[in-house]
Amino acid sequence: MAKKYLVYMAQVHTNFRKAELESLADLHNITSIDFDKYDDNSPFLLVELENDKQAIDWIKRSILTRAIYEYWGEGQDLESLHKNIQSQPSFGHYKTLYQNDTFKFDFETYRGASKMNRIKQIESFAYLNFQGKISLKSPQQVYTVIEEYQPISDNLSSTVPIKMYFGRLVQHGDRVAVEKYDLKKRPYKGTTSFEAELSLVSANIAQVKPGTIMYDPFAGTGSFLCAGGHYGAIVIGSDIDGRMIRGKGASQNIATNFKYYKESSRFLDVLTMDFTHNSLRSNLAIDTILCDPPYGIRESIKVLGAKDPERFAGKENVEIDGEKAFLRRDYIPTKKPYALDSLLDDVLQYASERLPIGGRLAFWMPTANDENVETIVPLHANLELKYNCVQEFNKWSRRLLVYINRGPDYHGETNSGLSRTANFRDRYFNNFN
Amino acid sequence: MKFLTTNFLKCSVKACDTSNDNFPLKYDGAKCSLQQDDSIDFNPEFLLSILDRVDWDAILAVAADLGNESLPRVKPVLVPGQELSEDDQAILRDLHTLLIQTSIVEGQMQCRNCEHIYYIKNGIPNLLLPPHLA
Repeated sequence: MAKKYLVYMAQVHTNFRKAELESLADLHNITSIDFDKYDDNSPFLLVELENDKQAIDWIKRSILTRAIYEYWGEGQDLESLHKNIQSQPSFGHYKTLYQNDTFKFDFETYRGASKMNRIKQIESFAYLNFQGKISLKSPQQVYTVIEEYQPISDNLSSTVPIKMYFGRLVQHGDRVAVEKYDLKKRPYKGTTSFEAELSLVSANIAQVKPGTIMYDPFAGTGSFLCAGGHYGAIVIGSDIDGRMIRGKGASQNIATNFKYYKESSRFLDVLTMDFTHNSLRSNLAIDTILCDPPYGIRESIKVLGAKDPERFAGKENVEIDGEKAFLRRDYIPTKKPYALDSLLDDVLQYASERLPIGGRLAFWMPTANDENVETIVPLHANLELKYNCVQEFNKWSRRLLVYINRGPDYHGETNSGLSRTANFRDRYFNNFN
Repeated sequence: MKFLTTNFLKCSVKACDTSNDNFPLKYDGAKCSLQQDDSIDFNPEFLLSILDRVDWDAILAVAADLGNESLPRVKPVLVPGQELSEDDQAILRDLHTLLIQTSIVEGQMQCRNCEHIYYIKNGIPNLLLPPHLA
């Protein structure tokens, strides 16, 4: 029989929360959740699940969830909470089930703080009649009172909750990972490093799985590789700019980061490679592609080839010390500018060829906010656009686009070859004026 | 560059995709210096899932390039989720040492079709191409 659970989410990056929870539910084949009840404006979501194991599987890697609780009841105040708890059909069952376990009480507050005596509040739960010992260090069960407040004004918080929930803690989310991967503590990073929280969320929405292969074709300093490694994937990165992936010597590079996180076994390699001249053998199964392509702001968009082919005509015959120059160890190939739209078309095409059916491609795309034109999201006939989650900044925004490979029979819409984002760089440098 | 990566890399030249000689690349054993990193933990499940994607003939070819002729001629058959025998464990440990712990720090490799040479510097392979091959 299905049980009621309360999900308590972090009230941040709300445009990404539902996508993360849905993706993690799908990853564990959990189909009983009614997401119609989900609300961006509320940190709470009541769901029905088969059992605690499902709740644990679902929430343990969620970055934007604080915790999931076995639902015992709710009320407007303590009195109505107690009444509600005792009127729940599962109350008698729950009460006896954990009766002899060691336990403690915990309090969570949302948008306010109580001035009530917590000991007295705990004592008011005496009717639960728990026989187990209290253990603050390692209790078997943690019972949590979650209070929701309505601030009186913008800078005045309330001390009287408008709603109270009571539940037994089943699983914390993975918000500690946000601290672990915090860029401030990361040994090797650069100007293009992607923040920890949203890179982890991206990897969750992309459904990066343990023991699978994840590829970042624009690896830079390896931010998404770190996120993929956290979820146990074997990660491969490439970048046309060797300086980024090389780092600052052996003591400060992408491999150093993996050592620091004690996840070295998950890091395969980073390659100096042009994504559009790809060296990963075509029959290698890549389960997930996750990246932040270059947008010409901090790094220009380049691919291999000569900008002015005439200048390079015949250069393949140049010899140095009797050796072909282009075969020498110190040869540096020339690069030419490339259009962002073409690059994104290439990424979509590559994903359609390399991902398994059901495999996900996720990447970030920036857009200017103030334009009165609709943002055109790149589409491919074989790929279903599953999510388009926006993070707003002052004058621009960026969105995480997530696609699922549905194969050649999908016959989705395509807009390959269209000019979609060409002016973002110009608009950025004109300060969006 | 880890030994395992040699199993994933073909020649970057698009024209070579129609040839069967663009994978694996031919490693110049005399010019490759190898390193072993014992600090990378042995993770059998991880290896099993990766072994599934490995092209064993290419493993044999590259190992031979680098002077290792001692590998079994056929890919070890190990099924994920099943209890591993001691022999299986030993095979996996050897593979761990070879595929994950061994890396090429400096060296070069060549496409057997177009004969383009790629270099490995500071452990990172450079697969970029000159304009006439791009």
